[in-house]
Amino acid sequence: MTSLPATTKKKLGLVIDLDTCVGCQGCVTSCKEWNTSGYSAPLTDIDPYGQDPQGAWLNRVHGFELGEGLESRTVHFPRSCLHCEEPACVTVCPTGASYKREEDGIVLVNPDTCIGCKLCSWACPYGAREYDPSHGVMKKCTLCVDRIYNENLEPEDRQPACVRACPTGARHFGDLGDPESDVSQLVAEREGFNLLEEFGYKPVNKYLPPRKRRDAVTSQPAALKETVGASDGTKTEKFFAWADRKLSR
Amino acid sequence: MHPAYSVILFTTASGAGYGLLMLLSLACFMGVLPESQVYGFVSMALSLGLITVGLLSSMAHLGHPERSWRAVSQWRTSWLSREGVFAIVTYVPAGIFGISWVFFGKLDGFVPYVALLTAILSVVTVYCTGMIYASLRTISAWNQKMTAPNYIIIALASGAILQVLLLTIFDQINTSSIGLALMLAATALVAKWLYWVKIDRTSIGYTVEQAIGLKGQGKIRQIEPAHTQPNYVMREMGYAVARKHSRQMRMLSTLLCFIVPSVCMVLSLGMAEPLFFASVATASLAVGLVMERWLFFAEAVHVVTLYYGSSQ
Repeated sequence: MTSLPATTKKKLGLVIDLDTCVGCQGCVTSCKEWNTSGYSAPLTDIDPYGQDPQGAWLNRVHGFELGEGLESRTVHFPRSCLHCEEPACVTVCPTGASYKREEDGIVLVNPDTCIGCKLCSWACPYGAREYDPSHGVMKKCTLCVDRIYNENLEPEDRQPACVRACPTGARHFGDLGDPESDVSQLVAEREGFNLLEEFGYKPVNKYLPPRKRRDAVTSQPAALKETVGASDGTKTEKFFAWADRKLSR
Repeated sequence: MHPAYSVILFTTASGAGYGLLMLLSLACFMGVLPESQVYGFVSMALSLGLITVGLLSSMAHLGHPERSWRAVSQWRTSWLSREGVFAIVTYVPAGIFGISWVFFGKLDGFVPYVALLTAILSVVTVYCTGMIYASLRTISAWNQKMTAPNYIIIALASGAILQVLLLTIFDQINTSSIGLALMLAATALVAKWLYWVKIDRTSIGYTVEQAIGLKGQGKIRQIEPAHTQPNYVMREMGYAVARKHSRQMRMLSTLLCFIVPSVCMVLSLGMAEPLFFASVATASLAVGLVMERWLFFAEAVHVVTLYYGSSQ
């Protein structure tokens, strides 16, 4: 049913650290690898090595520059389903294929009843849903529902593939409905925030802001110039400066 | 937004079909419907035919058309589902009204009330179509109070122009039908321009800072796209082709949709060949409607484009 559950027992979700994400795309490929044979299978790409490749991916990492000039910095920004508490993608679904699970809050698409009308992708402000042209249905992040409860896996592997793959520990998985959970503590400590909170869809996934720069002074070119130009000291330095001038001709 | 041709055909054809059905039903309720059963057959076949072709074409853009019967189940929350429900329900009184008129020549007794029900359900169905778009907060150009009423008035105007063509063919044309069509076309023109003025003053509504959640920390710009080729999100939601020609296309679609048909209908009154002018009016309307609906999609900007550098 596309009517939303009044409450969910858990609010499983991700916490993504924009400070430590290095934009390696490891989570993107790991996600694709797991999900092409998991709940969302298949995630076929059409013309993957050709001129116009197409296919659904459930996780994307963008690169943005934040700020200008000397104070600017790169922010790598992973984007996937936020498993909103009040998702419009679920309520617009005409067939009931889109639903939010009462037990853990995961938003899923039933691939057997989805008609591929794409309306859910229009309703989502986060671009979290991608149409699978080979399968004719919508695909989205499942929070690796086929891993997190999977008793055939080692306990440490019972978390989403993207979290397991991240080499810098920028992705965290847990119950954001429990204020005592590690992820909730992390969000509180680092002042985690929501994306497009103004929509009121109440995303479960949280993002952690980049930490303040510690190298703001030392990285300035003016400081760098002073170091190089300070060759009026010892004879060795003068020799190197002379050699530099000769060799630069 | 990417204009899906099946959805353009669906909304224009079924819109005109429902518009014609509303006018025929109301004419029956008011007792001014021509009694001719042949006229009844042709006009009901045209309106229900346009509706049916439109509904079938809407299934063409589905990934799984064979599952479309499932789409009537979620009417509690989904406008798309409601549209499906009302589209199917409308066939019942429309069928009773059509059969009474065409096969039994009966336009009195219970028939006017069934016709009134047909008209109401047709309006509700087109309203649901409009609300599919109007309810999407992610697309500020559609998320307007005027979107759904626009769908209804344009459906009525196109139905009225079709009705003039049919009445002309059957030599039943009268000044009041033409007057009604002119009035509806003028109202639709005003409504469409008010809509365009409104969306020109409406921004995307959100900023890239809000999209990424880093507010007040400096300017944000895209330096590395998430992928080298456009993905589904960019193809579907990032459609920007010919948006720069939207001014000329608005003028042209207004001309073809409302002005040319209106002039033709006025000319058809005094000329020896009224059928020629009524036909030109309809042909012009058809082209204009497709342009108008194409613009409705092509001009709409989705908030997700913020992640793809649309603020730049």
